[in-house]
Amino acid sequence: MQEKFNNKTKYKSIHLSHSEWPIFKLSKNMQAFIEKVSNDSFEKIKAIKDDDQKLIEELEKTRYREKLRVEKMPWSVDPEDDYDFWKKVKKQLVGSSGQSIDASVNSDKILKSITDRYANEIASSFKPSSHRFARRVTTFGFARLLNAAHSGRFSGLFKARHTLRDKIRVRGDIDHLRDLAKKGTIIMVPTHFSNIDSVLIGWVIQELGLPPFIYGAGLNLFNIKIFAYFMNSLGAYKVDRRKKNLIYLETLKSYSDLAIQDGCHSLFFPGGTRSRSGAIETELKRGLLGTSIQAQLANFKNDKDEKIFVVPVVLNYNFVLEAPSLIDQFLKIKGQERYYTENDEYSTSYKISKFLFKFFTKQSDISVSIGKPMDLFGNYVNDEGQSVGQNGRHIATRDYFMYNGKFVDDQQRDEEYTRNLSKRIVEEFHKNNEVLPSHLIAYVGFKLLRNKFSDLDLFNFLRLPEDELLLDFGEFTQKVEEIKTIIFELEKEGQILVSPGLYKSSAEIIEYGLDNLGIFHTKLPLIRNEQGDIETQSLSLLYFYHNRLRGYNFEEYAS
Amino acid sequence: MPAKYVGVVGAGNFGTVVANLLAEKTKVKLYTTNPAKIQNITSNRTNLGYKLHDKIEVCSSLEEIAGECETIFPIIPSSGFRSMMKEFCPHLHPYHTLIHGTKGLDVTLPVGMTIDNNDVEFNRDNVKTMSEVIRDESVVVRIGCLAGPNLAKEIYNKQPAATVVASSFDSVIKEGQRLLRSDLFQVYGNKDLIGIELTGVLKNIIALASGALEGLGYGENARAMLISRGLVEMIYLGKALGGNLQAFIGLAGVGDLVATSASKLSRNFTVGTRLAKGENIQDIILSMNEVAEGVNTVKIVKKFAEHYGFRAPITETLYKILNQEKSVEDGLTYLMKLPLNVDIDFI
Repeated sequence: MQEKFNNKTKYKSIHLSHSEWPIFKLSKNMQAFIEKVSNDSFEKIKAIKDDDQKLIEELEKTRYREKLRVEKMPWSVDPEDDYDFWKKVKKQLVGSSGQSIDASVNSDKILKSITDRYANEIASSFKPSSHRFARRVTTFGFARLLNAAHSGRFSGLFKARHTLRDKIRVRGDIDHLRDLAKKGTIIMVPTHFSNIDSVLIGWVIQELGLPPFIYGAGLNLFNIKIFAYFMNSLGAYKVDRRKKNLIYLETLKSYSDLAIQDGCHSLFFPGGTRSRSGAIETELKRGLLGTSIQAQLANFKNDKDEKIFVVPVVLNYNFVLEAPSLIDQFLKIKGQERYYTENDEYSTSYKISKFLFKFFTKQSDISVSIGKPMDLFGNYVNDEGQSVGQNGRHIATRDYFMYNGKFVDDQQRDEEYTRNLSKRIVEEFHKNNEVLPSHLIAYVGFKLLRNKFSDLDLFNFLRLPEDELLLDFGEFTQKVEEIKTIIFELEKEGQILVSPGLYKSSAEIIEYGLDNLGIFHTKLPLIRNEQGDIETQSLSLLYFYHNRLRGYNFEEYAS
Repeated sequence: MPAKYVGVVGAGNFGTVVANLLAEKTKVKLYTTNPAKIQNITSNRTNLGYKLHDKIEVCSSLEEIAGECETIFPIIPSSGFRSMMKEFCPHLHPYHTLIHGTKGLDVTLPVGMTIDNNDVEFNRDNVKTMSEVIRDESVVVRIGCLAGPNLAKEIYNKQPAATVVASSFDSVIKEGQRLLRSDLFQVYGNKDLIGIELTGVLKNIIALASGALEGLGYGENARAMLISRGLVEMIYLGKALGGNLQAFIGLAGVGDLVATSASKLSRNFTVGTRLAKGENIQDIILSMNEVAEGVNTVKIVKKFAEHYGFRAPITETLYKILNQEKSVEDGLTYLMKLPLNVDIDFI
């Protein structure tokens, strides 16, 4: 079954004017909002650190870690008074650790000064005027790049025949999504493979006529002035991954929670960072995701019936520019992510433009699959936004928060709901994963080679010299055919999506796949050599692209 | 306003006793559709020989149970669990709490096949625990289970005992403790719902085997050997089905295993004993008024282990005995000859 692709439809904005955008309303009252965030996180931290001694310990810990950060990892985007601020906190803390009567007043004051500071740091400075400008620049710029890419000549930059729409396929029930965006608040949760993802998603959101979404962007990206400008104007708030202290994390969560309560559509990359292995995320970060559940409960308690909908999105690429460094990191740090500090491949504007140019010139087929919207408990919703359970029954989502007819706060319960939601998102990721011909051949190529050396463990296998690894073309074609059949069976069951390219003969699939799989890389994951056999120039890259189809039940057929 | 009643679905031995325990704290609706039981409860206030607490009302409508109770204890045989949930589903809401007390597995079979069919394969897609059935068939998420050494007659006679309420939700555990705990009944909490469900399910296999040893006339050395080796097998199977080791060495694991492997009050133990004495399995099943879950569990788990390619010698031997491919004596001889001599290798 081939579902409709929505490439031809032009979607009008669902709002008549940008003054109706939730994000616009929010940014108009930004100072008041920041104050609200600061107060909210203040209260939450006070509830967690419920006596003065605990609070002072937390403040001490925070101050110490922040001092280390300021000394060891300063960034240009950091405020100039960072050092002085934390020095002042130290002085104040010395005052409060004595047995003075005012200790609690003092520690409260220090805490509030920190939440104030963090809330201000996190806040986005969205401006509708610069948003319009930024939007025009991105659309215009992308289209230009695309044309240059298409003609293969720099002069193509000045022609405007091709649009992004020719290059990017968006699939899924768009009208349903647009309906829901009018009735409630959307939380979009995409898979994350490449730094280009946020740009791509931003473009998709705009193409679908949806108002801008807010999202947390890594503060490191704000180090670059031009990026900072665009991010701010596209509604990004700042997430500083260096700060892992409780006070910061609570403030960040408050920011997201309250913005969602105000109806701001939000974008989370729930995997946290780009998938290092090339596999679809199976473990999600639950911190920000949980804020959607907090916001939903708060809405219900405040007699606001607005519902929050989660929309999983899968981005499907033939190649991920960063693949070589990603898989390298994956293999090096397997299981030790927390000791790894992100190095920036995109530290200058020049590198970014080069990246974008390559992205559009080399990328042949991008598809964005928009999954079925769900409520926060993993139930699908209909066009009216009602949650639908077994046998088509409507579910009152407020009941999830009720006990004996009353709303009850229960943090452990909500954590459990978040865990369940992340499980459902992972399921939907797999269902909305679109198999491109290049994915299929990478999967088959890797599996066949791996089977030949099944006595080696993965790491020893990956260290084999590539020139010894050959696959007979006939054997390869046969396996492609086999796995393709299974993939189509899975598709029938709704377990996976297939790209139009997969409806062709295996020979065509292989040809097309070889032409597109990771084509930008200097060492290619799969090629056909002069003798007509299949070989690889980079086993680890092949592993990376193969990982994309892991976790389905055809795993056993392939070995 | 607090719900007026707590529900118990299923008026078997354990269901009736749990209803009595609950009735010490709150009003209870006990669900059954069996006309004879309803008649007996209404006129004599007894069921299966147990005298019912005054606060128990009998009820034969699932809609009424769902409407009047927020917390419900489904305690019915696993073979009827899914169809009961299908019937229950339209009346249930996300605010309901379901704490089940069923120690069996659910299997979904292709149309026209039975559990005894040789072509049937069991894997984690078609073998489900009761909590998974509840999730499959309803919108209920606050799910827990009851497991532990809880021989119904002893609890009824007010002998001291303890149980485990398992759930991933703290609030469900607290609710179970609030409703069940008394001076003679201790209630422990555990977060590993699947693990605790599995201990209750898998221990029935060992109880069957233990009954068989008893039937052959063997004593405590033999029983101790079986219990400890049985526990190892349970842990292997339990891990493969998705439980954690910890669940198996607690009250619901070792505790329940010791109780059922030595008690004539246990149905599964009784089945084993009668098998060893030479009775036919069909006759035994027909003569019992309640289901011995262990018989089906052996069949399911044997094929499950086969599918995933690991050995479960006690289960396999019981399977052959149930299928009359081996006598109980031969089964025992076979197990004694196994060249397994590592005591503990799972920690």
